[in-house]
Amino acid sequence: MAVTALALVRLRNLFAVVMLAGMFSLLAAVLYVVLDAVDVAFTEAAVGAGITTVLLLGTLALTTSEEKAAPRKTLAPLLLVVATGAVLIYGTMDMPRYGDPNAPIHRHVAPYYLERTGPDTGLPNVVTAVLASYRGYDTLGEVAVIFTAAVGVLVLIGRSRRPRKKRQPADKKKAAQ
Amino acid sequence: MEFPGLYNYWIAIVLMMVGFYIVIAHDNLIKKVVGLNIFQVSVFVFYISMAKVRGGTAPILEAGIETYSNPLPHVLILTAIVVAVATTALALALVVRIRNAYGTIEDDEIEGQEDDA
Repeated sequence: MAVTALALVRLRNLFAVVMLAGMFSLLAAVLYVVLDAVDVAFTEAAVGAGITTVLLLGTLALTTSEEKAAPRKTLAPLLLVVATGAVLIYGTMDMPRYGDPNAPIHRHVAPYYLERTGPDTGLPNVVTAVLASYRGYDTLGEVAVIFTAAVGVLVLIGRSRRPRKKRQPADKKKAAQ
Repeated sequence: MEFPGLYNYWIAIVLMMVGFYIVIAHDNLIKKVVGLNIFQVSVFVFYISMAKVRGGTAPILEAGIETYSNPLPHVLILTAIVVAVATTALALALVVRIRNAYGTIEDDEIEGQEDDA
Protein backbone atom coordinates (compact mmCIF):
# COMPACT_ATOMS: atom_id res chain seq x y z
CA MET A 1 0.00 0.00 0.00
CA ALA A 2 2.77 2.41 0.90
CA VAL A 3 4.55 1.45 -2.34
CA THR A 4 1.43 2.29 -4.32
CA ALA A 5 1.17 5.62 -2.54
CA LEU A 6 4.81 6.43 -3.26
CA ALA A 7 4.36 5.52 -6.92
CA LEU A 8 1.50 8.00 -6.96
CA VAL A 9 3.88 10.76 -5.94
CA ARG A 10 6.19 10.06 -8.87
CA LEU A 11 3.77 9.44 -11.71
CA ARG A 12 3.08 12.22 -14.21
CA ASN A 13 0.38 10.57 -16.29
CA LEU A 14 -2.88 11.30 -14.53
CA PHE A 15 -4.64 8.28 -16.00
CA ALA A 16 -2.10 6.00 -14.34
CA VAL A 17 -2.47 8.03 -11.17
CA VAL A 18 -6.22 7.43 -11.13
CA MET A 19 -5.78 3.70 -11.73
CA LEU A 20 -3.23 3.47 -8.93
CA ALA A 21 -5.58 5.39 -6.65
CA GLY A 22 -8.24 2.78 -7.30
CA MET A 23 -5.74 0.03 -6.51
CA PHE A 24 -4.84 1.86 -3.33
CA SER A 25 -8.50 1.84 -2.28
CA LEU A 26 -8.82 -1.88 -2.97
CA LEU A 27 -5.71 -2.57 -0.91
CA ALA A 28 -7.26 -0.50 1.88
CA ALA A 29 -10.39 -2.66 1.64
CA VAL A 30 -8.28 -5.82 2.00
CA LEU A 31 -6.61 -4.28 5.02
CA TYR A 32 -10.02 -3.60 6.59
CA VAL A 33 -11.01 -7.25 6.15
CA VAL A 34 -7.82 -8.28 7.91
CA LEU A 35 -8.69 -5.87 10.71
CA ASP A 36 -12.19 -7.44 11.11
CA ALA A 37 -14.06 -4.45 9.65
CA VAL A 38 -15.99 -6.23 6.94
CA ASP A 39 -18.71 -3.59 6.54
CA VAL A 40 -16.13 -0.88 6.10
CA ALA A 41 -14.31 -3.04 3.56
CA PHE A 42 -17.50 -3.38 1.51
CA THR A 43 -18.06 0.34 1.50
CA GLU A 44 -14.47 1.14 0.67
CA ALA A 45 -14.42 -1.30 -2.25
CA ALA A 46 -17.72 -0.03 -3.65
CA VAL A 47 -17.45 3.67 -2.92
CA GLY A 48 -13.73 4.33 -2.61
CA ALA A 49 -12.48 2.08 -5.40
CA GLY A 50 -15.57 2.27 -7.58
CA ILE A 51 -17.29 5.64 -7.48
CA THR A 52 -14.21 7.73 -6.76
CA THR A 53 -12.41 6.19 -9.72
CA VAL A 54 -15.39 6.89 -11.97
CA LEU A 55 -15.53 10.49 -10.78
CA LEU A 56 -11.81 10.96 -11.34
CA LEU A 57 -12.00 9.45 -14.81
CA GLY A 58 -14.91 11.71 -15.67
CA THR A 59 -12.88 14.71 -14.60
CA LEU A 60 -9.93 13.54 -16.68
CA ALA A 61 -12.20 13.25 -19.70
CA LEU A 62 -13.35 16.83 -19.18
CA THR A 63 -9.89 18.27 -18.51
CA THR A 64 -6.50 16.84 -19.31
CA SER A 65 -4.67 13.65 -18.48
CA GLU A 66 -1.10 14.87 -18.29
CA GLU A 67 0.54 16.68 -15.40
CA LYS A 68 2.79 19.49 -16.61
CA ALA A 69 6.26 19.93 -15.17
CA ALA A 70 7.87 18.33 -12.17
CA PRO A 71 7.21 20.23 -8.97
CA ARG A 72 10.06 22.71 -8.59
CA LYS A 73 9.84 23.33 -4.84
CA THR A 74 10.45 19.82 -3.50
CA LEU A 75 12.78 20.39 -0.57
CA ALA A 76 10.69 22.61 1.69
CA PRO A 77 7.55 20.44 1.53
CA LEU A 78 9.64 17.31 2.11
CA LEU A 79 11.20 18.82 5.22
CA LEU A 80 7.81 19.93 6.49
CA VAL A 81 6.33 16.48 5.90
CA VAL A 82 9.19 14.65 7.61
CA ALA A 83 9.05 17.02 10.59
CA THR A 84 5.29 16.61 10.95
CA GLY A 85 5.60 12.83 10.67
CA ALA A 86 8.30 12.74 13.32
CA VAL A 87 6.17 14.78 15.72
CA LEU A 88 3.16 12.52 15.11
CA ILE A 89 5.21 9.37 15.68
CA TYR A 90 6.51 10.86 18.92
CA GLY A 91 2.87 11.47 19.82
CA THR A 92 1.99 7.77 19.39
CA MET A 93 4.40 6.68 22.11
CA ASP A 94 1.71 6.82 24.79
CA MET A 95 -1.05 5.29 22.68
CA PRO A 96 -2.51 1.91 23.63
CA ARG A 97 -0.84 -1.07 21.99
CA TYR A 98 -2.28 -2.64 18.85
CA GLY A 99 -5.06 -5.10 19.69
CA ASP A 100 -4.98 -4.33 23.40
CA PRO A 101 -8.40 -5.38 24.77
CA ASN A 102 -8.10 -2.94 27.69
CA ALA A 103 -7.59 0.18 25.59
CA PRO A 104 -9.90 3.03 26.67
CA ILE A 105 -11.73 2.90 23.34
CA HIS A 106 -13.02 -0.61 24.14
CA ARG A 107 -14.28 0.20 27.62
CA HIS A 108 -16.64 3.09 27.01
CA VAL A 109 -19.86 2.57 25.02
CA ALA A 110 -18.70 -0.29 22.81
CA PRO A 111 -19.53 -3.06 25.35
CA TYR A 112 -22.98 -1.55 25.75
CA TYR A 113 -23.60 -1.74 22.01
CA LEU A 114 -22.31 -5.30 21.84
CA GLU A 115 -24.50 -6.43 24.75
CA ARG A 116 -27.70 -4.60 23.89
CA THR A 117 -27.81 -5.02 20.11
CA GLY A 118 -29.19 -8.55 20.27
CA PRO A 119 -32.06 -7.87 22.74
CA ASP A 120 -32.81 -4.33 21.48
CA THR A 121 -32.86 -4.72 17.73
CA GLY A 122 -32.61 -8.42 16.97
CA LEU A 123 -29.97 -7.75 14.35
CA PRO A 124 -26.89 -9.95 14.26
CA ASN A 125 -24.73 -7.25 12.69
CA VAL A 126 -23.75 -4.77 15.38
CA VAL A 127 -22.38 -2.26 12.89
CA THR A 128 -25.72 -2.02 11.12
CA ALA A 129 -27.58 -1.70 14.41
CA VAL A 130 -25.38 1.14 15.62
CA LEU A 131 -25.46 2.87 12.25
CA ALA A 132 -29.20 2.78 11.74
CA SER A 133 -30.54 2.66 15.27
CA TYR A 134 -28.32 3.95 18.06
CA ARG A 135 -26.62 6.59 15.95
CA GLY A 136 -29.30 7.12 13.35
CA TYR A 137 -28.92 10.89 13.51
CA ASP A 138 -25.34 10.55 12.25
CA THR A 139 -26.65 8.77 9.21
CA LEU A 140 -29.30 11.42 8.69
CA GLY A 141 -26.56 14.06 8.79
CA GLU A 142 -24.56 12.02 6.32
CA VAL A 143 -27.47 12.01 3.91
CA ALA A 144 -27.70 15.79 4.31
CA VAL A 145 -24.00 16.10 3.45
CA ILE A 146 -24.41 13.96 0.33
CA PHE A 147 -27.44 15.97 -0.73
CA THR A 148 -25.52 19.22 -0.29
CA ALA A 149 -22.61 17.85 -2.29
CA ALA A 150 -24.89 16.65 -5.08
CA VAL A 151 -26.60 20.06 -5.24
CA GLY A 152 -23.19 21.76 -5.26
CA VAL A 153 -21.93 19.56 -8.11
CA LEU A 154 -25.06 20.19 -10.16
CA VAL A 155 -24.88 23.95 -9.58
CA LEU A 156 -21.22 24.01 -10.55
CA ILE A 157 -21.25 21.92 -13.73
CA GLY A 158 -24.83 20.87 -14.28
CA ARG A 159 -25.89 23.71 -16.55
CA SER A 160 -26.28 23.54 -20.28
CA ARG A 161 -22.58 23.96 -20.97
CA ARG A 162 -20.62 21.30 -22.81
CA PRO A 163 -19.72 19.29 -19.71
CA ARG A 164 -23.15 17.89 -19.03
CA LYS A 165 -24.27 16.36 -15.76
CA LYS A 166 -22.35 13.16 -16.19
CA ARG A 167 -21.93 12.50 -12.50
CA GLN A 168 -25.58 12.36 -11.66
CA PRO A 169 -25.85 8.55 -11.74
CA ALA A 170 -22.87 8.26 -9.42
CA ASP A 171 -24.52 10.59 -6.96
CA LYS A 172 -27.66 8.50 -7.02
CA LYS A 173 -25.67 5.42 -6.18
CA LYS A 174 -23.97 7.20 -3.32
CA ALA A 175 -27.28 8.21 -1.84
CA ALA A 176 -28.23 4.55 -1.77
CA GLN A 177 -25.31 3.79 0.51
CA MET B 1 10.20 1.30 24.52
CA GLU B 2 11.32 -1.72 22.54
CA PHE B 3 9.56 -2.26 19.23
CA PRO B 4 6.06 -2.13 20.68
CA GLY B 5 2.70 -2.74 19.11
CA LEU B 6 2.53 0.75 17.74
CA TYR B 7 3.25 -0.02 14.11
CA ASN B 8 -0.41 0.37 13.10
CA TYR B 9 -0.22 4.06 14.01
CA TRP B 10 3.08 4.42 12.19
CA ILE B 11 1.64 2.95 8.98
CA ALA B 12 -1.24 5.42 9.18
CA ILE B 13 1.19 8.28 9.77
CA VAL B 14 3.40 7.32 6.81
CA LEU B 15 0.36 7.17 4.52
CA MET B 16 -0.88 10.46 5.89
CA MET B 17 2.46 12.13 5.23
CA VAL B 18 2.56 10.80 1.66
CA GLY B 19 -0.88 12.28 1.03
CA PHE B 20 0.15 15.54 2.71
CA TYR B 21 3.25 15.75 0.53
CA ILE B 22 1.22 15.27 -2.65
CA VAL B 23 -1.19 17.98 -1.58
CA ILE B 24 1.43 20.63 -0.83
CA ALA B 25 4.16 19.79 -3.36
CA HIS B 26 2.18 19.23 -6.56
CA ASP B 27 0.60 21.93 -8.67
CA ASN B 28 -1.84 19.73 -10.56
CA LEU B 29 -5.27 20.02 -8.99
CA ILE B 30 -6.40 16.47 -9.80
CA LYS B 31 -3.26 15.12 -8.20
CA LYS B 32 -3.97 17.23 -5.15
CA VAL B 33 -7.43 15.66 -4.89
CA VAL B 34 -5.89 12.17 -5.10
CA GLY B 35 -3.42 13.17 -2.38
CA LEU B 36 -6.30 14.33 -0.21
CA ASN B 37 -7.94 10.92 -0.73
CA ILE B 38 -4.80 9.16 0.47
CA PHE B 39 -4.77 11.42 3.49
CA GLN B 40 -8.35 10.46 4.26
CA VAL B 41 -7.67 6.74 3.85
CA SER B 42 -4.83 7.06 6.34
CA VAL B 43 -7.26 8.44 8.91
CA PHE B 44 -9.65 5.55 8.19
CA VAL B 45 -6.84 3.02 8.67
CA PHE B 46 -5.98 4.73 11.95
CA TYR B 47 -9.51 4.36 13.31
CA ILE B 48 -10.05 0.81 12.07
CA SER B 49 -6.75 -0.37 13.50
CA MET B 50 -7.73 1.10 16.87
CA ALA B 51 -10.96 -0.90 16.77
CA LYS B 52 -9.12 -4.21 16.45
CA VAL B 53 -9.08 -6.42 19.52
CA ARG B 54 -6.56 -9.23 19.77
CA GLY B 55 -8.36 -12.55 19.24
CA GLY B 56 -11.59 -10.80 18.29
CA THR B 57 -13.72 -11.32 15.23
CA ALA B 58 -15.88 -9.09 13.09
CA PRO B 59 -18.74 -7.57 15.14
CA ILE B 60 -21.49 -9.88 13.93
CA LEU B 61 -23.22 -11.63 16.80
CA GLU B 62 -22.82 -15.38 16.77
CA ALA B 63 -23.34 -17.98 19.47
CA GLY B 64 -20.14 -19.17 21.08
CA ILE B 65 -18.03 -16.13 20.26
CA GLU B 66 -17.00 -13.91 23.13
CA THR B 67 -14.64 -11.32 21.71
CA TYR B 68 -15.63 -8.86 19.00
CA SER B 69 -13.87 -5.91 17.49
CA ASN B 70 -15.17 -2.53 18.53
CA PRO B 71 -18.11 -1.68 16.22
CA LEU B 72 -18.21 2.05 16.92
CA PRO B 73 -15.17 3.12 14.85
CA HIS B 74 -16.47 0.96 12.01
CA VAL B 75 -19.71 2.93 12.01
CA LEU B 76 -17.92 6.26 12.12
CA ILE B 77 -15.66 5.31 9.24
CA LEU B 78 -18.56 4.01 7.16
CA THR B 79 -20.05 7.48 7.43
CA ALA B 80 -16.68 9.12 6.80
CA ILE B 81 -16.03 7.14 3.59
CA VAL B 82 -19.29 8.27 2.07
CA VAL B 83 -18.70 11.86 3.12
CA ALA B 84 -15.20 11.63 1.65
CA VAL B 85 -16.66 10.70 -1.72
CA ALA B 86 -19.10 13.60 -1.49
CA THR B 87 -16.25 16.06 -0.88
CA THR B 88 -14.22 14.46 -3.67
CA ALA B 89 -17.10 14.90 -6.09
CA LEU B 90 -17.44 18.54 -5.12
CA ALA B 91 -13.70 19.14 -5.45
CA LEU B 92 -13.63 17.54 -8.90
CA ALA B 93 -16.59 19.64 -10.00
CA LEU B 94 -14.64 22.72 -8.94
CA VAL B 95 -11.64 21.44 -10.92
CA VAL B 96 -13.81 21.13 -14.02
CA ARG B 97 -15.09 24.68 -13.56
CA ILE B 98 -11.56 25.98 -13.05
CA ARG B 99 -10.50 24.25 -16.23
CA ASN B 100 -13.38 25.92 -18.09
CA ALA B 101 -12.50 29.33 -16.69
CA TYR B 102 -8.69 29.26 -16.96
CA GLY B 103 -7.97 26.54 -19.52
CA THR B 104 -5.56 24.80 -17.16
CA ILE B 105 -5.57 22.81 -13.95
CA GLU B 106 -2.04 23.70 -12.88
CA ASP B 107 -1.94 25.84 -9.77
CA ASP B 108 1.08 27.93 -10.80
CA GLU B 109 -0.32 28.72 -14.26
CA ILE B 110 -3.58 29.88 -12.68
CA GLU B 111 -1.60 32.16 -10.38
CA GLY B 112 0.34 33.48 -13.37
CA GLN B 113 -2.91 34.36 -15.15
CA GLU B 114 -4.18 36.07 -12.03
CA ASP B 115 -1.02 38.18 -11.84
CA ASP B 116 -1.32 39.19 -15.51
CA ALA B 117 -4.91 40.24 -15.12
